Amino acid sequence: MNKKQSIILQRTYIVLIFCFMYLPIAVMIAFSFNESKSRSNFTGFTLDWYKSLFHNEMILSALGLSLVLALVSSVLATVLGTLATIGINSMSRRTQLVVNNISYVPVVNPEIITGVSLMLLFVMAQNFGLGGDSGLFGWPTLLIAHITFNVPYVIFNVGPKLRQLDPSLYNAALDLGCTPRQAFFKVILPQLSPAILSAFLICLTYSIDDFMISYFNSGTMQTLPIAIYSMTRKKVSPEINALSAVMFCVILAIILISNAADSRAYRRNQTAIRKAMQEEGAR
Amino acid sequence: MMKAEKRVAAALSAALLALVSVPGALADGGTITVNEDISVSEDCDWTRFADDNITLNVYNWGLYISDGSDDSVDVLSAFEELTGIKVNYTTFDSNESLYAKMKSGGATYDVIFPSDYMVGKMAAEGMLAPLDFDNIPNFKEIGEDYLGWDFDPDNTYSVPYTWGTTGLIYNTTLVDEAPTSWAALWDVQYANNVLMFNNSRDAYAIAAKKLGYSLNPASVEEVETVMQELKAQKSVVQAYVMDEIFDKMEGGEAAMAPYYAGDALTMIDENPDLAFVHPSEGVNFFVDSMCIPANSKNKEAAELFINYMCEPSVGLANCDYIGYSTPITRVWEQLDDDLKYNEIAYPGEDVMNKAEVFTTLPDEINAAMDAQWSEMKSYEEGGSGWMVVVLLGLALVISFFNIWRKLRKKVRDDY
Repeated sequence: MNKKQSIILQRTYIVLIFCFMYLPIAVMIAFSFNESKSRSNFTGFTLDWYKSLFHNEMILSALGLSLVLALVSSVLATVLGTLATIGINSMSRRTQLVVNNISYVPVVNPEIITGVSLMLLFVMAQNFGLGGDSGLFGWPTLLIAHITFNVPYVIFNVGPKLRQLDPSLYNAALDLGCTPRQAFFKVILPQLSPAILSAFLICLTYSIDDFMISYFNSGTMQTLPIAIYSMTRKKVSPEINALSAVMFCVILAIILISNAADSRAYRRNQTAIRKAMQEEGAR
Repeated sequence: MMKAEKRVAAALSAALLALVSVPGALADGGTITVNEDISVSEDCDWTRFADDNITLNVYNWGLYISDGSDDSVDVLSAFEELTGIKVNYTTFDSNESLYAKMKSGGATYDVIFPSDYMVGKMAAEGMLAPLDFDNIPNFKEIGEDYLGWDFDPDNTYSVPYTWGTTGLIYNTTLVDEAPTSWAALWDVQYANNVLMFNNSRDAYAIAAKKLGYSLNPASVEEVETVMQELKAQKSVVQAYVMDEIFDKMEGGEAAMAPYYAGDALTMIDENPDLAFVHPSEGVNFFVDSMCIPANSKNKEAAELFINYMCEPSVGLANCDYIGYSTPITRVWEQLDDDLKYNEIAYPGEDVMNKAEVFTTLPDEINAAMDAQWSEMKSYEEGGSGWMVVVLLGLALVISFFNIWRKLRKKVRDDY
């Protein structure tokens, strides 16, 4: 095979992969503008589904619950997970291995097992009188469940970064007069922040995405995936297409903005380094 | 003598007239207007819970209430405005989900919407509270045809919300002659062109009717015979579907499919090539009902909600949105003539006499049906059973390879 052929092959491969990834989303967005409810015939352009989406209280309240829940649970899980990682990192090698493996189990465990077992635990707690008359299920159970399945992801995101960190960095900070707290907040945390941020984003995604675990622990509340799932006896409303399109665009915008900010920071950093080197050379 | 008789007759007919017109006059007299679409009768104290800060947990099928989307009437916010009661409205996808959710102890609801057989099952297990019809005066609006079915003979626990039948939807351009029997779904000339229900109860009903059995099996042997029939159908079926049916039928991807009459109307609206028939062997007649769980903490407010849902103006809005048939007589009277006398939505005596309603099955028959349904679904000619063995073998090989690699690495590291 000559070089030209192999380049064509590479290109087609890439195009194919991107098609698999983005064509479904493109179709979904296209049909959010479809005039009729049909998902197979495009009958005309309309923005009605977007309009009616923002009047549909059930979808909006489910979306609201999903977003708030994702935000709160991700923040809490990130804090808990980061603290846990730092704790694990200062354990002996053997204990580290054991604790890491234990926290790995919920990730590889099928979600349905996590969901059902949490539910059974909550039902038991409720039978002991926890939560009073109105019962335990609802916000508290959803929040606990989401934090529970999010914490391992934080540990496995922040852990490697922390292990890469030079342990003498912390000691150096202490030598240079930092209190332990200052050393943590001024030296360790900034080094970890990219990993923490990515852990937070992963938690956010998993939390918005989660159906199984929420389904068993939501009580009389309803997150967005549950609301969508319940539409499957009748026909899933095109408002959901509209909603998904909006969410996709928002997420795309967030990614683009954060990448732009990253690359700007990188460039600024590079210029600063170059400038410093030039000054060094001039001296 | 003649005169006297005539006078008596006149008096009698006047009395009759008065009798007939009195309830009408009462109902017409005094309505409260909530908004331009919703007005409710005055003979109910709607605001008696306004100061109690009550939230009603309502659990209904998805997309099963007029919710304000798509230019419909927002029934729930009108209720909140009228009564001052807050509604926490959530949705489920099947009777079985509803049952599981209630049994798990994870949620307490105030109003639920189970279908016929699930009403029977829940009532038998003591999960439903008997209704106090003094609080549901609008119960009188429900047509008699929809009351007193086997699953709840005295309507102690349930008030009908919507009803409908199953039937056969077919694409007139894709069939040679219009089917009239369920047997068309087994016809090899439509191989790979037929869709089938993806839920055991509805699919079973079709095969049972085709064989001339009741859709409520009396014995495990009967279940086996009928399931054999479904297994025989498998080579003809393109896919087992629920809501995907809308796209497939509207897009002309399949020649025929069984589904609910109300949804058939929606599909025919989208694609005029489609038609609907009630097969001659008989169909399933279903009633989705409103019930109050036994552990509801706001039973009276829940009854107020049910009463509100039976208001003709509310019923009309819901009937408009859902597309299923209404059990409320005064709603039916207000429908357009082409829907009112539509054979699909409101079939005549010939269909209704042969229609059968699902009843609650004994546990052993239910279990047999579930087990054989999943066996039927996973049954594959030409052995997909081998796939499992091959995959397991592959997994084993990979893990052995991994262990071997680790051991080798360890040996190397030890040097």
